[in-house]
Amino acid sequence: MNSEQKTPVIEVDNLTARFGDNTVFKDVSFTVNKGEIFVILGGSGCGKSTLLKHIIGLYKPYAGKIEVNGVDIAAADEEELRQVRMGFGVLFQAGALLGSMTVGGNVALPLHEYTNLSAAEIDLVVRMKLGMVALAGYDNHLPSEISGGMKKRAGLARAMALDPTILFFDEPSAGLDPITSVELDNLIKSINAGLGTTIVIVTHELQSIYNIADRIIMLDKTAQGIIAEGDPKVLKEQSTDPRVHNFFNRLPM
Amino acid sequence: MSIVVSGRVVLDSLQALMAEVRSALRDRSPSQVTMDLGGVTYLDSAGALALVQIETEAQAGSMPFQFTHATDEAGRIMSLIDRTALTTAPLITERTSANLIEQIGEAFMSFLADVIMVMTFIGELLRALVYAGVHPRSVRWGDVLFYMKRAGVDGLPIVSLISLLLGLIIAFMSSLQLKQFGANIYVASLVGVAMVRELGPIMTAILVAGRSGSAFAAEIGTMIVNEEVDALAVMGFDTTRFLIVPKVIASMLVVPLLSLYASIFGILGGMIIGVTGLDLSVYTYAKQTMDSIDTFGVVSSLIKAAVFAMIIAGIGCQRGTQVRGGAEAVGAATTSAVVSAIFLIIVCDSAFAIILYYIQV
Repeated sequence: MNSEQKTPVIEVDNLTARFGDNTVFKDVSFTVNKGEIFVILGGSGCGKSTLLKHIIGLYKPYAGKIEVNGVDIAAADEEELRQVRMGFGVLFQAGALLGSMTVGGNVALPLHEYTNLSAAEIDLVVRMKLGMVALAGYDNHLPSEISGGMKKRAGLARAMALDPTILFFDEPSAGLDPITSVELDNLIKSINAGLGTTIVIVTHELQSIYNIADRIIMLDKTAQGIIAEGDPKVLKEQSTDPRVHNFFNRLPM
Repeated sequence: MSIVVSGRVVLDSLQALMAEVRSALRDRSPSQVTMDLGGVTYLDSAGALALVQIETEAQAGSMPFQFTHATDEAGRIMSLIDRTALTTAPLITERTSANLIEQIGEAFMSFLADVIMVMTFIGELLRALVYAGVHPRSVRWGDVLFYMKRAGVDGLPIVSLISLLLGLIIAFMSSLQLKQFGANIYVASLVGVAMVRELGPIMTAILVAGRSGSAFAAEIGTMIVNEEVDALAVMGFDTTRFLIVPKVIASMLVVPLLSLYASIFGILGGMIIGVTGLDLSVYTYAKQTMDSIDTFGVVSSLIKAAVFAMIIAGIGCQRGTQVRGGAEAVGAATTSAVVSAIFLIIVCDSAFAIILYYIQV
């Protein structure tokens, strides 16, 4: 988190997303630096999740360039994409645990696939990851047997299984009670501080934005692009753009 | 004893590091151990786990153990690891599988429960159908049309292709036998009767079970997973009337037509063999077919097809409503819908064979 040495890990350059005739946003450019907690925010329908899906390589950009850890995501072939993806973890909105496997099995899945560890060691790593997200003892539960907040934490444990350098979160606090969502915020902060993981979050929860974000970008539906960038606390006080001001101060348009 | 760890201590080196330190500790059994982390350039959580685990194991063997020259960063990462979590027993221990007798008992009980559920469902469905007959305005006719297109019109190509081929095959196989007696003309009767009485309805039913029965089960099952069915119930809609009746009515209207269509194509297939291979004229073949089919046969086959349609759509929807959980349950319900529908069609067909025999005589 040293502000002196900023190494960009994600660089988005003039990205345009378009489906058919519908342009979601155009000419979006920003960089995310190593060890930073970076938040993408905006109202519903502004393309936050679309942007995230572009960065993790699920959608191909209509125009523009995305580099993650130095690899051009749009131009990468399957093998390169697989390599880059091993370097990052994604926590989907509802956890996206595989319903037919236990929680422990879900976390162990990438370890079985990508490492040569023995079963006992995988078991140890799984317990450690579950301990990190405060789910110790839930190895043999099925996803249908745990609550929504626990599913998210289990999803986080799975996303962290291979010790990624970048973690992406899609709406981490959506559908969680205030206490659980603060706990999740603290967990994100401790992972960021402890492991130095770069964290990219898509959200519109103001409380957690003030809590954890180092830097934000704000997307807008009608502007079809970024309308604000910087420290959320500063933007709240100083922004002159009514759209940004109203968002941070919870005022209607 | 002093151990110096240096370089990248990460997930990939976890196995080797732990094995090496363990064997060193075992061979030398030192009175105390210091681990020098000064040379560690990069540590991730799995690397930290290895270090913590070694420390725990050493301390368990009452061996004084300490880390030296650990950077702040390494300390932070190691402090993230919850040591009690590493030894916490799972809250659910291995799911025990029952013994054979218990399994047989359970299978029987679940079969009984299934029979009861199907019976209840049939009762509910019949009630809803009668209600729909008395109050035609309560039926969602837009949905009925939609499913008629899905189950009927969209199914035409495959039904016609399969029936045509079936007619060809029956005519060809039977002609090989009947030729020996000079009874070529009876190929027409055989194909006509077989297609109209049995194969038309049965083949159509099996195809519709595969195409539409499964689709109904998957659709309703996914709606349950997404809480859409709960939403309908809360808004005061009767699930049976809202979701199931349109599908059942659409199938009952469209399957008899499909089965008629299948019979015609089967007869056409037979005619192709008759005309090309058996020196029969189109007129003779058609005449012989018409003579051997009676109105009773056609009407009873239409009724049979309608009953099959009710079974297919009903079972499909019933299996769909039983879905609990997620994606896996939807798959199981879909399979079960097709298998049970085909089984019940065959059972029902045997009943029809017997009943029709006595009615006709």
